[in-house]
Amino acid sequence: MANTKSAYSFAGKKQKPDTHIIVVWVDNEAGVLARVVGLFSGRGYNIESLAVAEVDQKQNISRITIVTTGTPQVVDQIKLQLKKLVPVHKVADFKREDKNVIFKEMALFKFVANNDKLNKAFESCKNFNPVILDKTNKSNVIQITALRREIDSMSKNLKKFGLVSVSRTGAVAMTRGSEIFK
Amino acid sequence: MSKLYSGAEIVFKCLEDQNVSHIFGYPGGAVLPIYDELKNFNSIKHILVRHEQGAGHAAEGYARSTGKPGVLLVTSGPGATNAVTALTDAYMDSVPLVCITGQVPTHLIGTDAFQECDTTGITRPCTKHNWLVKDINDLAEIMHKAFEVATTGRPGPVLVDIPKDIQFQKSKYKNYKKNKKLNGKSHDKFSQKNIDELINLISKAKKPIFYTGGGVINSGTKASELLRELVYATGFPITSTLQGLGCFPADDNQFLGMLGMHGTYEANNAMYSCDLMINVGARFDDRITGKIDEFSPKSKKVHIDIDPSSINKNVKVDLAIVGDIKSVLTTTLKTFKKSKKNFSKSNKSQISSWWEQIQKWRSKRSLDYIGSEETIKPQYAIERLYELTKDKDAYITTEVGQHQMWAAQHYKFNKPNRWMTSGGLGTMGYGLPAAIGVQIAHPKKLVIDIAGEASVLMTMQEMSTAVQYNLPIKIFILNNEYMGMVRQWQELLHDKNYSESYTAALPDFVKMAEAYGCVGIRAKTPEELDDKIIEMLKTDRPVIFDCLVDKQENCFPMIPSGKPHNQMLLGPKDQKEKKISGKGRTLV
Repeated sequence: MANTKSAYSFAGKKQKPDTHIIVVWVDNEAGVLARVVGLFSGRGYNIESLAVAEVDQKQNISRITIVTTGTPQVVDQIKLQLKKLVPVHKVADFKREDKNVIFKEMALFKFVANNDKLNKAFESCKNFNPVILDKTNKSNVIQITALRREIDSMSKNLKKFGLVSVSRTGAVAMTRGSEIFK
Repeated sequence: MSKLYSGAEIVFKCLEDQNVSHIFGYPGGAVLPIYDELKNFNSIKHILVRHEQGAGHAAEGYARSTGKPGVLLVTSGPGATNAVTALTDAYMDSVPLVCITGQVPTHLIGTDAFQECDTTGITRPCTKHNWLVKDINDLAEIMHKAFEVATTGRPGPVLVDIPKDIQFQKSKYKNYKKNKKLNGKSHDKFSQKNIDELINLISKAKKPIFYTGGGVINSGTKASELLRELVYATGFPITSTLQGLGCFPADDNQFLGMLGMHGTYEANNAMYSCDLMINVGARFDDRITGKIDEFSPKSKKVHIDIDPSSINKNVKVDLAIVGDIKSVLTTTLKTFKKSKKNFSKSNKSQISSWWEQIQKWRSKRSLDYIGSEETIKPQYAIERLYELTKDKDAYITTEVGQHQMWAAQHYKFNKPNRWMTSGGLGTMGYGLPAAIGVQIAHPKKLVIDIAGEASVLMTMQEMSTAVQYNLPIKIFILNNEYMGMVRQWQELLHDKNYSESYTAALPDFVKMAEAYGCVGIRAKTPEELDDKIIEMLKTDRPVIFDCLVDKQENCFPMIPSGKPHNQMLLGPKDQKEKKISGKGRTLV
């Protein structure tokens, strides 16, 4: 017992963590986001990104999409703990690699540069559904939708074309095909 | 048009409809309209505590000993924050509580008003759910929903925060409609296939063990009866967690005693070596499992629990049965009796060598201690208390520490709901107010708080409550002048550096009892102990019993931190036999 100066046991074997997208349907009431987020922080779970908005105005249902990393055991716990919250209706869980699910994030890029660079910037965005939302003779704002890592690398690579500001959302997700999650 | 009621009236109408007979509380500015209404509702009796934490623990004691939800009523700000410890305690130990808090008027919320705090924010992580009532028309529905959430599924505390202006406003009273579908939170999800699988495992097991917990108690007295039936029908050994004590008779031969950090040698070794573990309503807490990687390495594990998030949280199990213990056991017994008649007889030979092994562990007599004629050994005090009260159907509460473990080890419980202790949160100061709640629920019964002198000082002011309501609770203090469990860990793990664990200026508990207007009794020697206990039991008033015990005694057996179940530290008697000197013991 030489070095075990603790009333608690030690951390056991660790499993490998994976990235999951967790979708939660909740009653859109006061404090509901705090309940969900508080559960994550209180139990030491991790939130990479978060997107939330009401999706059903009639029944006041909001849809929260959370990107998190955790071992299979932790992800299972997250789902089970979420389901225990009173305002939670259902919880879906997708792995990032899942081919049957579409994940998208949106980003707004502001470029300040000469015309040549602005054109090049737009050109580099063309694989990610670029939309020019604002344009002056020395700046523009481009909206793209893409995966997280794509936006990550874009925001790095576009610096050279005068990227001065980035604003981006959390991921939202939806299954492919005709099926919906019940 | 139906009658309009004020918010305060609606609160009480809801409590009436929920058959609440007692509430524990403390008035203050933001709940005055509710207190004003109290006089008009004769069926509800208010118990005035001396601190809101006391109200919470008293409500817990009430709930644990009756199976009904406990209700507390406190004011905003400090009233609410003082109740937080009790709410957290109830959350950890799955005790149904409904906490009603006053709040500053809605137009002042967010302005840092006098006695304002973000009550729902503060209590969000320590309640199953909470509500801030912003519209008088929602009040009745929320109140009833609060009781529903507190008492269904895995029970727990809830909180309803009612701003003062809402308490004055008027609305119609909506009657309580019982909801069939509990917002998807009801969890009787098991199938016959699960049960068949369980019975298959039972019939194959050569080294089985039942590991039972507080879930059995929470499922009601019927669940304890069913558990007994199943345990007898299988002939399997059974061990229990701290919270589960009483769901199976402790003096029965099949019972191996409590398991875990201070559990018996036989229970922990049986858990380590078993080939089938049937967890009924327990949660694989870290004080139970010890080192998780070496926890019961060779067993198939079955987990029966009402809370799906308890499954595979700490320990991966082979068969999960999610449901109320009572309904799971009912189905199991039905199937079992049909398919396995006379199982315990026919199966006897299959598990006979297992029982032989258990007897060998038992013969270690791990709860033995070295007696003394000069000083009262704390274990001896509990043993004598048990012997002198065992025919009285006593209700025992405890504080937290060594005395709690000694009580769990040496006081034998044969019925559920007789044992109230703070297990999950380990709240010192729980036992005295809890005893008040128990005595309120069971006015004619003997209620004893087995206490430590350090713990009991944390909520000592509630003696005043006991005196006010003539509650003849008995506070049985094992006084060793130390925070005993802290001192034990310091002795074993911190080179006897007894940093701040000695209380140098303790009050005279006998004089203190007199000051509160109750009775003080002191026992100093083993010789006089029995007489003094009898004197205490004969006194029909609250008693503080100051039992001066051995100051150095440690609580054994013990699984040291980070060790598996089969590496227990046994008591000094066993160590003496093995000729380990006092010095060597600290190195074990």
